[in-house]
Amino acid sequence: MNQQRRDAMRLSTGLGLAVAAGLLSPLEALAAEGWNSAAFDTKNLNDTVKALGGRSAVPSINLLINAPEIAENGAVVPISVTTSLPNVQQIAILVEKNPNALSANFTIPAGTEAYVSTRVKMAQTSNVYALAKVDGKWLVASKEIKVTLGGCGG
Amino acid sequence: MADPMRVRALEQGGITEVKVLMQHEMETGLRKDAGGKLVPAHFIQQLSVLHKGREVLSAQLGASISKNPFLGFKFNGGVKGDRITVIWTDNMGDKRVDDAVIA
Repeated sequence: MNQQRRDAMRLSTGLGLAVAAGLLSPLEALAAEGWNSAAFDTKNLNDTVKALGGRSAVPSINLLINAPEIAENGAVVPISVTTSLPNVQQIAILVEKNPNALSANFTIPAGTEAYVSTRVKMAQTSNVYALAKVDGKWLVASKEIKVTLGGCGG
Repeated sequence: MADPMRVRALEQGGITEVKVLMQHEMETGLRKDAGGKLVPAHFIQQLSVLHKGREVLSAQLGASISKNPFLGFKFNGGVKGDRITVIWTDNMGDKRVDDAVIA
């Protein structure tokens, strides 16, 4: 038996045990306290809205996504979200075709502007959604971003 | 020990614009290394920004935020010379606290 194969066997057994013992998988096992692992595990917009405590999201023209039409490098796609609406409580950014849809969820206290800017990884061309919780209701806007080189490959 | 962040805060007309650049791998847990083994997930999960002890932004991040995460936002009430503090925690319990003075 060659050494490499032996190592691989031993590693996979170890991993299997760790998973069985709930040590490694799934993501929530690793979650920090207070991190909404249910929301970050969701695969689509509706499930994300529900995991964030909403019922459904209503499309809004007042919610603006500023991002490139074409992203040459999916590993770094700049996205900013802003709205002129008052009483914004939360802003979330989702990438529809990523393995997990939700990228970030920001809590906006009173006195902070309804504006966030960050950079996300995109596996492929996809719709990007901005969600905003305004006066307790969830609003959504979307924008398609074309990705020429995916950012999640190995 | 995590690497330091770069934090910049600029006040103009009563609004303070904050820009934070964190140093973090942001591993998704889905990527394989050259040997075909999965690289374990390692990413910043929670972030908080304080101005004079008051939270002006908090965020929960997923693994799909880019490596070396960037964050920009704006808040009211900051004055030049005030201190702001940024704190992040990742999924392995690592933590980093940095501050900056509003310019």
